[in-house]
Amino acid sequence: MTLLAPPHPLEKRVLLRRFPEPRTEPVWIDEYLRTGGYEGLRKALSMEPEQIVDEVKKSALRGRGGAGFPTGMKWGFVDRKSPKPKYVVVNADEGEPGTCKDRILMGYDPHRLIEGVLIGGRAIGACRGWVYIRGEYREYIDIVDRAIEEAYARGYLGSNVLGSGWEFHLATHTGAGSYECGEETALLESLEGKRGNPRLKPPFPATSGAFQCPTIVNNVETFCAVPDIILNGGEWYASLGTPKNGGTRLVCLSGHIARPGVYEVPLGMNMLAILNEIGGGVWKGRKLKAVIPGGSSSPVLKAEECDIPADYDSLARIGSMLGSGATVVLDETADMAKVLARLMKFYAHESCGWCIPCREGTTWLKKISARLEEGVGSERDLATIDQISQNMLGRTFCPLGDAAAMPAMAIVRKFRDEILEKLGRAEAFAPVPGAQPLVVL
Amino acid sequence: MTFSPELEARFAKMIANYPPGRQKGALIPMLLYAQDEVGAVTDEVIDEIGRRLKVSRVEIEEVLGYYTMLAREPRGKHHLQICTNISCMLTGGEELFEHACRKLGVGNKGKTPDGQFSIEEVECLGACSWAPAMQVNYDFYYHMTPEKLDQLIDSLRKLQ
Amino acid sequence: MANMVTLTIDGRQVTVPAGTLVIDAAKQAGIDIPAFCYYEGFSVQAACRMCLVEVEKMPKLQPSCALPAAEGMVVHTETPKVVEARKSTIEFLLTNHPLDCPVCDKGGECELQDMTFRYGLGESRFLEIKHHADEKQWSPLVFYDPARCILCYRCIRVCDEGIGATALGLSFRGVSAEIIPNKGDHLECDECGWCIDVCPVGALTSGTYRYKSRPWEMNYVPAICTHCSNGCKTTLSVRNGEIIRANNRDRSGINGEFLCVKGRFGFDFVHSEERLQEPLIRRNGKLEPASWSEALQFIAGRVRETIARNGKFAVIGSTRTTNEENYYLQKFARQGLRTNNIDHHRSGDVITLVDALAGRTDALATVGDLYTCGAALVLGADLAQQHPLLAYQLRANWRHHQAPVFVITPGPVREDQYAARSLRAEAGAEVERLEELREELKSRGSLVVLCGASVKGEAVRRLVAFGDSLGIPVKYVCLVDYVNSRGAVDMGLLPHLGPGYKPVEIPGMHLDAILAAPDLDVVWVVGANPLEGGKQFASGDAFVIVHELFLTETAQRADVVLPAMSLYEKNGTVTNVCGEVQRTKAGPKVMGAKSDLDILGLLAAQLGFNIGIPAHDKVLDEIRRTVRGYNVPLPVLATGGAAPASVLNGKVPVDAQPELVRSSGDTLFTSGTLGKYSRRLNQVMEAPGRLYQP
Repeated sequence: MTLLAPPHPLEKRVLLRRFPEPRTEPVWIDEYLRTGGYEGLRKALSMEPEQIVDEVKKSALRGRGGAGFPTGMKWGFVDRKSPKPKYVVVNADEGEPGTCKDRILMGYDPHRLIEGVLIGGRAIGACRGWVYIRGEYREYIDIVDRAIEEAYARGYLGSNVLGSGWEFHLATHTGAGSYECGEETALLESLEGKRGNPRLKPPFPATSGAFQCPTIVNNVETFCAVPDIILNGGEWYASLGTPKNGGTRLVCLSGHIARPGVYEVPLGMNMLAILNEIGGGVWKGRKLKAVIPGGSSSPVLKAEECDIPADYDSLARIGSMLGSGATVVLDETADMAKVLARLMKFYAHESCGWCIPCREGTTWLKKISARLEEGVGSERDLATIDQISQNMLGRTFCPLGDAAAMPAMAIVRKFRDEILEKLGRAEAFAPVPGAQPLVVL
Repeated sequence: MTFSPELEARFAKMIANYPPGRQKGALIPMLLYAQDEVGAVTDEVIDEIGRRLKVSRVEIEEVLGYYTMLAREPRGKHHLQICTNISCMLTGGEELFEHACRKLGVGNKGKTPDGQFSIEEVECLGACSWAPAMQVNYDFYYHMTPEKLDQLIDSLRKLQ
Repeated sequence: MANMVTLTIDGRQVTVPAGTLVIDAAKQAGIDIPAFCYYEGFSVQAACRMCLVEVEKMPKLQPSCALPAAEGMVVHTETPKVVEARKSTIEFLLTNHPLDCPVCDKGGECELQDMTFRYGLGESRFLEIKHHADEKQWSPLVFYDPARCILCYRCIRVCDEGIGATALGLSFRGVSAEIIPNKGDHLECDECGWCIDVCPVGALTSGTYRYKSRPWEMNYVPAICTHCSNGCKTTLSVRNGEIIRANNRDRSGINGEFLCVKGRFGFDFVHSEERLQEPLIRRNGKLEPASWSEALQFIAGRVRETIARNGKFAVIGSTRTTNEENYYLQKFARQGLRTNNIDHHRSGDVITLVDALAGRTDALATVGDLYTCGAALVLGADLAQQHPLLAYQLRANWRHHQAPVFVITPGPVREDQYAARSLRAEAGAEVERLEELREELKSRGSLVVLCGASVKGEAVRRLVAFGDSLGIPVKYVCLVDYVNSRGAVDMGLLPHLGPGYKPVEIPGMHLDAILAAPDLDVVWVVGANPLEGGKQFASGDAFVIVHELFLTETAQRADVVLPAMSLYEKNGTVTNVCGEVQRTKAGPKVMGAKSDLDILGLLAAQLGFNIGIPAHDKVLDEIRRTVRGYNVPLPVLATGGAAPASVLNGKVPVDAQPELVRSSGDTLFTSGTLGKYSRRLNQVMEAPGRLYQP
């Protein structure tokens, strides 16, 4: 079975350009070279490192893992002259619910990732890198391992990359089951053999990252975009998208959609168009109720809010986020209380437990929302969820707290009536108006 | 304690991937691959890997309790991991999980008495566009239905 | 001149060195920002989020414990947003924290209680079932209750960073996250109990104090720990004359909050059932109970009679009695009994060192110096085992100031974990390897040298010569075993030196000679056990008087045994290994026991010895007036401070008798006689080798 979807006319396949047809086998090195592979690296090796960074800045490429931070700027923070070794780390943890694109890139075009890493390494003067891949993705670890072996054998990795004199080593590193390890500092902790607890920022990884050395950490897709940026120029890439939101992105359609799959669209393409044209619209002929636009941490959009360009800034303007580009579609039958409960269960399970607001807050949210799913609760609970979320927002040690709080707030605010109606219908617990809370201190 | 020649070779390569003096980076990969071979992270495995990487037992325990894929007790020969997170839940993941529990007669994180099957409700496996998705050990299965699951379990049983 | 920055906190301008954390800068402005996980001296966690403050031009609330002060920064610590944030943090903590206050040991001294009172909400809206995990016992002394734990990680840090025992870790995640001990389900560690005291709530509780008392029911008595020579202040919590627990939570004394297992838990010998509580007189070969007046009269009679016929006396003093008692005892012996046959168990060659450093000022290090010196050199001593406070100071100096430690010891020591150089040398041969460290030591600007009992006699002089040749300021610490081992030397419990290192005219017999002498008439043993391990007095017919707490080997040989007090039951001063004089106060009361000063005072009166008033403050007066180097300021002592004695005023032209210097080789869990009778120390005795595991 293949995970590659047949291309849709409205797609713009740059990352996926090697896949005009679905296939089951990855592109190994010979085919990669035949199709223009490692040309970006060749060009990068002839450039000054500063030029590489500039080109990426011009491209307006933003981190595709979820944070959307401008990649060129991130690379520019590394002090190339630091006497410490510099490292490149690929974030292939892909844990954000709804997201399933990095497996496509690693599974079918692994050399593209390696090439992007090499270019990034060259830009910052790195000598070594790791591809941190979530533990469940063993089959992709094996594929990337084999691609790395091929690259070493042909001189694309090792003590003398393409005869340039530059030494760069790359290896995969497996995770072992933790969503928090998708957060870049927790990932670095995990890389170093420890628990996935996040680190204090500052210092940022660009200053003190893997093994306390300057490091760039980027998502798989972000690195994969780099070879073409170098080959065709940053301006070209930027022009594919919208201002400050350059290029194309992989969107993962899932949920109540007729044609779920991973597609590549330009930044700024209309969200409804993506859903209806490429995705084939809501499945089973049903009506659209809501869309989670960028992974479970992004605030849900009601159907009427979806007629917008899908890029980082537009979604931020309406109080949501493009995130990882994982678009989950919910039809009229979706039970929003159940959705809320399942998401809160996820965050409570994945909270690393380091800081009080997230550890206790996600657990509390989970417990209330589980109750609401069963229909046991009252209006007060919705207010409590809202307040708990507000008390978590911006106060936790790392963004996981925000990732739990934002969807919770969005659901209880936007689907308040639906949830209240469910509670009203419940037989189990009918709150008496004016009833006192169970515990008063 | 020694591992198989293949695993020893992998471990040697792994340890060389980290900067000098920072071999602790190999800890989690070594634990996971050792678990794949031995069946679980036993006391023996802890001692051996701790000795090789010069990592104390408490440092290893810290990591064992944190990562969900590391297990102190062996799981079933076929460890079913069924996702019930958002995309799978919307397309029938919960029903799939409940069906699996009924079919095998065990609950979440349970193991059948003959040790052949164990089942775990897991979080997002990154296969959302092909939901409902699940894994058996490291193998992915997509677009699952209760019927397909029955067939899968039956065929795994025949494997012995 | 450090780079200084000026910032504004709640409208007040504060100027601090650049890099100072805002939470510390606020303290300077008199503003107390609440925090659970922030703990001065240990790494920053920023986990509890209690210290969040508003900083202008920064969109999110910032943890002040992780924010370095910057020029022109404007901080607000009491805005509505901040107040709301604090309330919500407390609310979050209380969602799963069990309502155990009525039965929790920490009630009344609990930081969560205090914070809730000051910053918390007045109601709870948590309607769910609390997450629970059962309490665990990790050792006889340490219990851990995960439900109460607020995961501030202080315990892990004091154990990892402070002590270096690395016995605690953090496992699992989310609400299930909990602290774990290093051996799966139990602890193998120093059992110092600091984790219990540093815990802001009742998650870690003491196995010996559990459910026994409320903090306000006890009297807090400032005592000096009666075990090793480091001189830690231990605050005894006393109720109805009984020591219920000991800690140093008020951070007074030279040790701050640091205490080892002996200081925190090693007090139970005081209330042991085997404590002698009445005098014993040997009648028909058996020791039988007698009254104090009987016993004292019996002794006085025998002493009078022996003096009359010019009999021979010998006195063996203690390493654990107060300076006042030691001073009075040697007066009793020299002026009363007219003998210089006085000695005590010597455990460090202080005499040679004092002689070698004669005339210098500032050549003896204080405990504080170990935290500020440029480097430290340890010869022949296992500090973690035998001098835990000194080990702690050196480690803190290295942690905070990157001051290196150099070690020359026979076997591995815990300092190897972080020492700049760790050399091995046989006991007594440590000084042979000094040259190898010359260049590294010279470069550090200042040095403190600590030497154990194996460095004695000529080795001490070689060491001082080496120190002189480095061309940098060097200070020394001559390690000795017990709480007042140093005071015993300073007060002249020696055959050839009187108080203040004043040579006597006709030196008497030293300890070995006393044991070997066949013709002694009276042997007086105060708080010592020279016959330990089956040794005998060669004077088989000698009349032996023993002041003791327990029926030791020496007490069993005695003709009269007088039940004495431990240090915790007395008032007086003691001198620690660094020569710092500190006052200790009486806490518990044990019926039947008398202090050695009282006993000697009563006998002096009976015998007509005119040697001064046997009251500790009067004796201290005389010491301060007449003993070289002991004119220490009274206010320092009275306010619980440590006043260094300055004893380097002149040469000490005697044979130091280094062959008499022998360390008792205690471990972290043994402490001579007292340790034997401490059930707690015996319960937790760990294999000494475990301390050296990487």
